[in-house]
Amino acid sequence: MRVMAQMAMVMNLDKCIGCHTCSVTCKQAWTNRAGTEYVWFNNVETRPGLGYPRGYEDQDTWQGGWVRKPNGRLELKAGGRWKKLFTIFSNPKMPSIQDYYEPWTYDYETLLNSPQTDTFPVARPKSLLSGKDMQVQWSANWDDDLGGSQEHAVRDEMLKGIEDKVKLEFEQTFMFYLPRICEHCLNPSCAASCPSGAIYKREEDGIVLVDQDRCRGWRMCVSGCPYKKVYFNHKTGKAEKCTFCYPRIEVGIPTVCAETCVGRLRYIGLMLYDADRVLEAAAVEDEHDLYEAQRSVFLDPRDPEVERAALAAGIAPDWIEAAKKSPVLRLINDYKVALPLHPEYRTMPMVWYIPPLSPVVDVIKETGHDAEDRGNLFAAIEALRIPVEYLANLFTAGDVEPVNDVLRKLAAMRSYMRDINLGRDTDESIPEAVGMTGEEMYEMFRLLAIAKYADRYVIPTAHAEQAHALEELATDCPVSSYDDNDMYFGEGSGPLTPVAVENFEMLRRRQTTDTVAAPPEKSRRVNLLNWDGRGTPEGLFPPKDGA
Amino acid sequence: MNTFLWVIVPYLCLAVFVVGHIWRYRYDKFGWTTRSSQLYEDRLLRLGSPLFHFGMLGAVGGHVVGLLLPQSWTDAVGISDAAYHWGAVLGGLAAGVMLVVGMAILIYRRRTVGPVFSATTPMDKVMYAVLGVVVLLGMWNTVLGASGLEHYNYREGVSVWYRSFLAFQPQPELMAEAPIGFKLHALSAFVLFALWPFTRLVHVFSAPVGYVTRPYIVYRSRDERPLGNAAPRRGWDRVGS
Ligand code: SF4
Ligand code: SF4
Repeated sequence: MRVMAQMAMVMNLDKCIGCHTCSVTCKQAWTNRAGTEYVWFNNVETRPGLGYPRGYEDQDTWQGGWVRKPNGRLELKAGGRWKKLFTIFSNPKMPSIQDYYEPWTYDYETLLNSPQTDTFPVARPKSLLSGKDMQVQWSANWDDDLGGSQEHAVRDEMLKGIEDKVKLEFEQTFMFYLPRICEHCLNPSCAASCPSGAIYKREEDGIVLVDQDRCRGWRMCVSGCPYKKVYFNHKTGKAEKCTFCYPRIEVGIPTVCAETCVGRLRYIGLMLYDADRVLEAAAVEDEHDLYEAQRSVFLDPRDPEVERAALAAGIAPDWIEAAKKSPVLRLINDYKVALPLHPEYRTMPMVWYIPPLSPVVDVIKETGHDAEDRGNLFAAIEALRIPVEYLANLFTAGDVEPVNDVLRKLAAMRSYMRDINLGRDTDESIPEAVGMTGEEMYEMFRLLAIAKYADRYVIPTAHAEQAHALEELATDCPVSSYDDNDMYFGEGSGPLTPVAVENFEMLRRRQTTDTVAAPPEKSRRVNLLNWDGRGTPEGLFPPKDGA
Repeated sequence: MNTFLWVIVPYLCLAVFVVGHIWRYRYDKFGWTTRSSQLYEDRLLRLGSPLFHFGMLGAVGGHVVGLLLPQSWTDAVGISDAAYHWGAVLGGLAAGVMLVVGMAILIYRRRTVGPVFSATTPMDKVMYAVLGVVVLLGMWNTVLGASGLEHYNYREGVSVWYRSFLAFQPQPELMAEAPIGFKLHALSAFVLFALWPFTRLVHVFSAPVGYVTRPYIVYRSRDERPLGNAAPRRGWDRVGS
């Protein structure tokens, strides 16, 4: 057993409102530079729909991920090392910018400089690649909210095989949102495809990163990743990908997408796993077994034997404690409501999803039945083959049983909690029907519905003894909290506060204090960057005479 | 004049080549890339790029054989002059045609595809011009040799000079006797070598041969060196640094 720790995320799809806040804040943080205009480390796609880049799930075309060879070993789907080197001068499976979209801006100058005319001047779209006029024909979210429409959804790869049953008529359609980031896979095919060895998985927390100094722009990772989550920066000629906001994670705060998620549907925590068993699990013969196989790779940190092995493997005690409290662990292994996205790619993805019950609930509501009644819900899950099979194509390589189980649990929770909310006696047969106790169900409800910040994100800080090596903590001073109190020699003294922490603390203070802008413990200090323009913060002006 | 052209200029270019690469590697690892434009355009590149690159590999291989292997060696293993000549001519023509056609496609693509053209730096243009001159002159020499219009055994002239140059005992007089085509080809090639470290050609030196033997997944610990602009503070250097 070789214990390793992995930072992982779970998203509860029922709560995603498709607002794209996560995408926008991520873009502001990481990809608002020339060359990355089309790069969305986080994107939110409407399903059924084509996703981003268009139709990326069709691996017959894109050849991403791994395949199991007849001898039971894994091979990159796009071919092994020699084939990679042979096709290095022109990657045959590289998506073109048209598969993403041609980034553009508008010619705002004409609006400002236009002479007086009868008609309103128009700002034309200009390509950010060639600078020429262009027709906008596609973008990162062109089919946003068009779930099920004839034009786009019928081309959804995940509807293959069930298309005859799917009537994409407007009234029979269903739709939900799927936010996606890099999966930070346990068996990343992007890293395996990189000829230069520039993509690596961090030993400490499993975050997959591109070493910008070693990347030589061979583009094999772009085609190697089945989720198409490595992008090519066309200005620098280097690959870039989601970083899991590692500078934030290192200091114990969640990723930008999770921090700003409006639906509060993202959970971040550690998973311990047995690195020796990853390949074996990724190579199980039947695709339907991949979900269970990956779960079997995870270790339970509450097991004393695992804890001992983890300590022996050099995982710090505070990390093991964090792993025990990990919300991700609870959702994946205790309640078994989270499922991996496309396990059939065999990369062992580590961003998991709780499938949405809403397609089912919506249908019941429309028929005028009680959508919180267990009987109705269970019957509907059985009857509504289409959404369930569709979800199974996304999350379990087409095996409907695990999806059914999850949906039944969510349905049971719905009816069970109604009794509690209405002050009625609880019906213990409801949790029993899905193999849970009432207490477990209530705990699951709390985690899914009302979990506080500290319960949703359990992120141990990077080790103090390594701190000087980290970007944000370039100091050896083992500070674990950034209270203002540890400035012993006046303001500005003491260790450098990482920018991310400072901003985070300021925001937190502003969001949690009653005063308008001035943090009570620093009455004389006004940070105009964080002043939202309301009121006159104390300390902004010198005190009035006599006041 | 001979000394200037066949001793000073070559050594100067070689020095720029070597020092330039060291400098570039130390100060611009981030800029060390192929600067691929495949994202913008695929159809022409799919044809032109492999043609160009494989043709180039063939041409380089031919030069290694022609310049570095002494004639006495091929004689010793029993390859007759005629056999060698025809091997070199046919191989050289095949590689050269691939190279020229590939390069023509790539240059056409660079000029006509909007995004590719706007991603072309001035350095790229200079490099393309010099590379084009080198390739065309090389092709000229090959064609002349193949057609029998010119009888010059470069293996007793240019090649010997080249080896003497690499051995730091240059014999410029050998070059002085070479036909003008060879002279120009060699000179333009040296200009290209001098430009090399400052162009995208540096990617040649990161040909990923290690890929064949390394394990698929690379694990790395968090970087030891401090990243970003936050250097370790004075007095907090690591033990041993
Ligand atoms: S999802 Fe992320 S870690 Fe997995 S293969 Fe793609 S880029 Fe690599
Ligand atoms: S911010 Fe949250 S709710 Fe909004 S689209 Fe992103 S994941 Fe969904």
